[in-house]
Amino acid sequence: MTGLDFSFLTWDVVSGFVLKGLFFSIQLTLIAMVGGIILGTLLALMRLSGKKWLVVPAAFYVNTLRSIPLVMVILWFFLLIPLLIGQPMGAELSAIITFTVFEAAYYSEIMRAGIQSVPKGQVHAGYAVGMDYRQTMQLIVLPQAFRNMLPVLLTQTIILFQDTSLVYAIGAYDLLKGFEVAGKNFNRPVETYLFAAVVYFVICFSLSMLVRRLQKKIAIIR
Amino acid sequence: MASFDWQVFCKNTLDGEVMPRCFGSGGDITYLQWMMSAWGWTLSVAVLALVVALVVGSLMGILRTVPDKRLQFIGNAWTELFRNIPLLVQIFLWYHVIPSIFKSLQGVPSFVLVVFALGFFTSARIAEQVKAGIQSLPRGQSYAGLAMGLTLPQTYRYVLLPMAFRIVIPPLTSESMNIIKNSSVAFAVSIAELTMFAMQAQEETSRGVEVYLAVTGLYFVSAFFVNRVMAFVEDRIRIPGTMGSKA
Repeated sequence: MTGLDFSFLTWDVVSGFVLKGLFFSIQLTLIAMVGGIILGTLLALMRLSGKKWLVVPAAFYVNTLRSIPLVMVILWFFLLIPLLIGQPMGAELSAIITFTVFEAAYYSEIMRAGIQSVPKGQVHAGYAVGMDYRQTMQLIVLPQAFRNMLPVLLTQTIILFQDTSLVYAIGAYDLLKGFEVAGKNFNRPVETYLFAAVVYFVICFSLSMLVRRLQKKIAIIR
Repeated sequence: MASFDWQVFCKNTLDGEVMPRCFGSGGDITYLQWMMSAWGWTLSVAVLALVVALVVGSLMGILRTVPDKRLQFIGNAWTELFRNIPLLVQIFLWYHVIPSIFKSLQGVPSFVLVVFALGFFTSARIAEQVKAGIQSLPRGQSYAGLAMGLTLPQTYRYVLLPMAFRIVIPPLTSESMNIIKNSSVAFAVSIAELTMFAMQAQEETSRGVEVYLAVTGLYFVSAFFVNRVMAFVEDRIRIPGTMGSKA
């Protein structure tokens, strides 16, 4: 065993290299979560609409993205967006777009299960009191679906936060990159990777504990 | 956007000359050959990691269901540890941290390290499925086994696991497909697998769209193949008398 030396990891180093990356990882997670849930809910509604011209493209979108490795999706977008808009795009912005589009496929499967978990009688009741499709969905079905699926949506968000580390492939400056740069500067890669693992673990483990508590709470009310 | 140029795959990786019949000679290889070897690496990493994940994941999943609290704790701690650290960070831990702490592991090839990284990462998910599968069985099953005088290991071996494993085949199918997708993260430690090939060939040839399309296609084919194999397995080991069985 060689001696590990963490003494170089002072607050100055952490705030100088790591915090910037942490903020980007959180920003990326939050934007992709909100955007992904909105887009995913629309996709889920399309798939459950029963209209073929809506079902087929939504199913194609979801199934395609779910069968490609995230790293490849990140590379694809980083390659294609500049080709399509005709000018280069920063790795950070490219990552935000990629994750929103990619996570929508996963959130949509969760929302689809959530919508299907709402009893049919709820929809009939909505129609019976004179609501149209949009009102029934918006006021009756989606709030319940969202509530039922909240723990699963949040668990997916924890996975999303872990996956943000994959922006490594295009060199965006995220939490992991922050640690890596700090480790390179002080020639202490072993300690920084170890510390990075601890930080990720603490964040993800505490979040999943919170989700578990929330799950119990929701389960009692139902 | 420019039109496709599939000839890129017949180019020699050294000088960029288009080779007749798409195969290099005298030790040179074309991008097509490189890609096929990369596909081989992807499948090798994925299959070996799956073996590690199934063995370790089943063990940990079982531990989480036994009466002994200490064993339960080991299983739970294992699952939480490997589930709450991003795969890429785990790969870096195996690649950079473990060999520098345990000097005896310094000669181990990075391929083996990645197999263990991906295998242990996936084992946490498999432990979760196996635990759920065992717990989905009625309690009477294990009581019946114990009442007949089987020991606890025997009860697991002859009563619980034969049922539980067949119940968890569908989630295991999606984990097996995930492991192929997740093997792409091995690019980060320079394993010559498909994603690594995609990044390098894109840079060298500037035909990124063609290269990415081919690589994405191979990932599709691999995942589809796993899906069919698992469907075959699932079909063969159906529990007689349940909803899914033919008899």
